[in-house]
Order: sequence, then C-alpha cells, then structure tokens
Amino acid sequence: MLAAEGVSPEESAKKKPEQAPQEAAASEKDQDKKAPKKKEEEEKPRVNGLLETDYAKRGFHIDVKLNPDQVVKAAEILDGEGMTLDMVTGVDWINEGQFEIIYDYSYTGGVLFRTVVRARVDRAKPDIPTISKVFGGANWHERETWDLMGINFVGHPQLERFLLPEDADFHPLRKDFKT
Amino acid sequence: MSSLAQSHLYETFELNIGPQHPATHGVLRIKVVMDGEYIVKAEPVLGYIHRMHEKMGENRTWNQFWPNMSRLDYLSAMAYNRCYAGLMERAMGIEVPPRAEYIRVIIEELNRIQSHLLGFGAYVMDLGGFTPLMYAMDEREQILNLLEAVTGSRLTYCYHRFGGVYNDIDDDFIAGTRAFIKRFRPQIPMYHKLVTGNVILMERLVGIGPITAEICRKYGASGPVLRGSGVNFDIRKNEPYSVYPELDFDIPVYHECDSMARYLVRMDEMFQSTRIIEQALNKLPDGPVMAEKVPKTLKPPKGDYHFAVEAARGLFSMRTVSDGTNTSYRMRLRSPTYSNVSLFEEASQGMLLSDALAFLGSLDPVIPEMDR
Repeated sequence: MLAAEGVSPEESAKKKPEQAPQEAAASEKDQDKKAPKKKEEEEKPRVNGLLETDYAKRGFHIDVKLNPDQVVKAAEILDGEGMTLDMVTGVDWINEGQFEIIYDYSYTGGVLFRTVVRARVDRAKPDIPTISKVFGGANWHERETWDLMGINFVGHPQLERFLLPEDADFHPLRKDFKT
Repeated sequence: MSSLAQSHLYETFELNIGPQHPATHGVLRIKVVMDGEYIVKAEPVLGYIHRMHEKMGENRTWNQFWPNMSRLDYLSAMAYNRCYAGLMERAMGIEVPPRAEYIRVIIEELNRIQSHLLGFGAYVMDLGGFTPLMYAMDEREQILNLLEAVTGSRLTYCYHRFGGVYNDIDDDFIAGTRAFIKRFRPQIPMYHKLVTGNVILMERLVGIGPITAEICRKYGASGPVLRGSGVNFDIRKNEPYSVYPELDFDIPVYHECDSMARYLVRMDEMFQSTRIIEQALNKLPDGPVMAEKVPKTLKPPKGDYHFAVEAARGLFSMRTVSDGTNTSYRMRLRSPTYSNVSLFEEASQGMLLSDALAFLGSLDPVIPEMDR
C-alpha cells in the first residue's frame, strides 16, 4: 500500500524539502485530534510526497517520500530540528525492480515524534547518497544495508563487509538470493 | 601523513582485542591502532555471531518467528518479546486484556533487574573486582527461579503471545516476587557501599569515556548511555506503551556523561523497577490473560508497522513491511547496543587502553544483539 503506489517522481520532485519540519511540527499539535482510519481505507494522496499517518496504527507520525538525491537535504533539515536517526532499512521490491531505503528519525528531546523518510532507487543501479556525514550513526546502518542488501551508498567512507565475512560475494537480504 | 607520523620517533602498532576476550562480553573484536598506551583509532569489528535473524523473519510465519526474539539480547529477552507482541498487536488491531498487560510489565521489569544485575556484576569484574559478581548472581538467581516457574525458561523466554501471555501467574509467583523485592531493596545500598564508593572504582570510572548528549543524538544512542549524558529520555515515559502511564516511577538521569554516570543510572533503574513491580502487583486486575479471537494465521494489512520498547540497554524497535501474507516481507530489528557501540570509535580516540575497556563495559554491549 504505502510502497506500491507512491507519488510519481515528478510530483515528489516538486516538493520543497523545507516543508517537512514545518508540517511535522504542525501535525505534532493536532495529532491527538486525528480519528482512527478505517481498516480498508486506502492510502491518502500525498501532498508533496508527505503523508500524515495514524500513529496508533502504524507507529510513526509522518511519512515522507523523496527522490534519492533529496535524502541528504532531508537529513540536514531533521538534524537541525534536533532529531535522531534510529535506523536505516532497505527493502527489496523485486517485482517493481526497485530498492526502497527507509530512514527512521525520532525526536528524543521531549514528546516523541517519529518521522519516516523513504526513497526508491533502481534495482539495477542502486545508488543513493550517504547521510553518514550528517549523522555519524548512519555509518554502521548504511554499511550493514550495503552488506546485506547491496545498496550502494555513494560517498560512504567505508563500504566494506560488516556482519558477513570479508570474502562474502552475496547480499542475502535480496529476494532473489538462494541459499 | 603528518610530519610527526613520518618521524621515526612516532610509531604506531595494531592490536586486536578479541574476538575472544573477557572484556568484550562475547565475540566482539576491536581493531586498535595504538600509540604506546594511547588509542589512535579503535574500530569495532562485528559479525562473529551473526545469524541473519532478519532473513529468518522473511522465511517464517509470524508465529514461527517468536523464538528468534529471545535470542537477540539473551539478558533482557522479555522486552524483545514484548516489542514483537506490540508490533503485531498494532498491525492486527488486537486488544490485550489488562491483566495480561500488568503481567507483562511485572515480568519485564523483573527481567530488567536481572539484566542490570549481571551488567553490574560483570562490569565490576571487568575492572578487577570479583566479589560483587557473586552477590549479583545470588540475587539474579532468585529472579530466574521466579521467571522459570511462570515462563518455563530461564533466559530464552517465549512467554508472550499475540494478544497476551500464554500462562497466568499464580499466588506463589506473586508471593515470591514480593519476597524478592523485600530482600533485594536493602541490597542496593549494600552494593553502593561495597562497590560505588571504592576509590579504585572511582579512579577507573569518574571522568572516563565522556559522551556528550550531542554525540548520543548523532549516533542514536539510547538507554542508560543516553540518560547518563543528561538526556531524560525513556520510551516508557516518552512513547508510553502497555500500562506504564498508570504506574508511578522516575527516570534516573545523570549529567556527568562519564562511565560512572552510566553505571549509576543502571543501579538506580533497578530500584525504580522494584517500584514498578510493587505497584503493578497491587493493581493487578482479574480477568483473562489472552485476548479472544486471535486468528491462528495472521495476515496483517499491507504496509509498514513500527513499534519501540525500552529494553534494558535502550531503545529496541522493530519495523516490519507486510505484503498482506502470513509472512513478513521485511523484518527489521533495531538493537540498542548496535547504536551505542557505534559511537565507540569516535569517543575512544586518545584514550588509554585500560580506560577504553572500562568505557566499553559502561556501554554494556550484548554481542548477539548487535550482530543479530
């Protein structure tokens, strides 16, 4: 649902990254007013790639869909807001020929606020810029994602085998990996 | 290379700590570049106990994944089980009966105490004091016996179910837990008397391994590491789950940012956990411990789900991507010490080797949980 039918690249390209924290702050205030969604309800249309999610149902407040070249800018903005990077997740959408990279941010300074940033790259050429220069913690997460999934984080200082042995030549979390 | 590095007076050498080393609490290897006794660069090397739990999550049905959850952090496995239960209850919209939630809190906090007890004992043993470990193990044994009677296992629990817990607690457990709290509370001041005020320990911990709140934020550190750096953040308070909002407890925070602060946070948390357990026992409602009508085959609606809990070592969270079938499309486990230890490389620069090991111990890593 969230991943299958996103906004088209042209739509999300129009999105100004600066809007993310403002709308995030706004929704923080009125999040309790939100009524729970119906079970069958489809994903709401994204405004500039941004979607308010039902926290009780999903576990995060804001879902942002960006182009791969926008993730560093998004990380800088969220860093400026004092948010923390929790994890980086790669998802292999093999039927669509894409990898999805999901960044989980949370605000630890007060009332918890979770923002999810996601970007998709072509499965044949999985290049996405690294955010490890903004968040030091992203270094290990990105390295692990490369190790297990083979997503190339351009500019990463040490893209080497991490959890797998040094001589491994496979990426086990890819869906076409066969043991 | 700087001119100093080119000079023959400046010579570094590489040192491997681990993977088999008592101070690394398992199979963690640290590749250290040393300048005499000082650390130039210390790079943790992971993966010696990597088992690919995330792939297992994709190959098994939701119910079959339960046993994996207690094999990440074997010391506070209950919180990990709780996270998985919460994740799937969120995805499936299952309401958990109040008695089950209270039982979960009691069991998790007992688990937290025993985890911190072993952390305390093993940490002091790292620093050369053997006796406190024996005291800690004695108390820990009481908890393990209590948990074994209810859950059937001592470390790798599989007690939670989607919608509750599989076994109700009995009067023996309640009486035993009350007796344990009565016995354990005076022990904490005794530990402080035995260990905390000791000059040798203070020399090794006070001012060692400073981590600012900013470094914690950049690296996503959580748990006692974050709270030892003066940040009042605990998922139990900031993103409450279960019945924690109904219980009165404090979050210990220390502002010294050193190893001693992290040690003291853990010591104080044990006392706070006894408070939580006592209140939960007093408030324990009657009723079922399992939700009715939980389907045998779970098929959560398509989409992403996220759930976070406060484990003994910090924020443990899970993200699952469901494609609407009876297995997960992607299962992501975010373990607390993975992020906590990732700041070791930056924070250990220029440290004495012996201090770095004291610092590493204060991060309290559990390796199977880092490697997953």
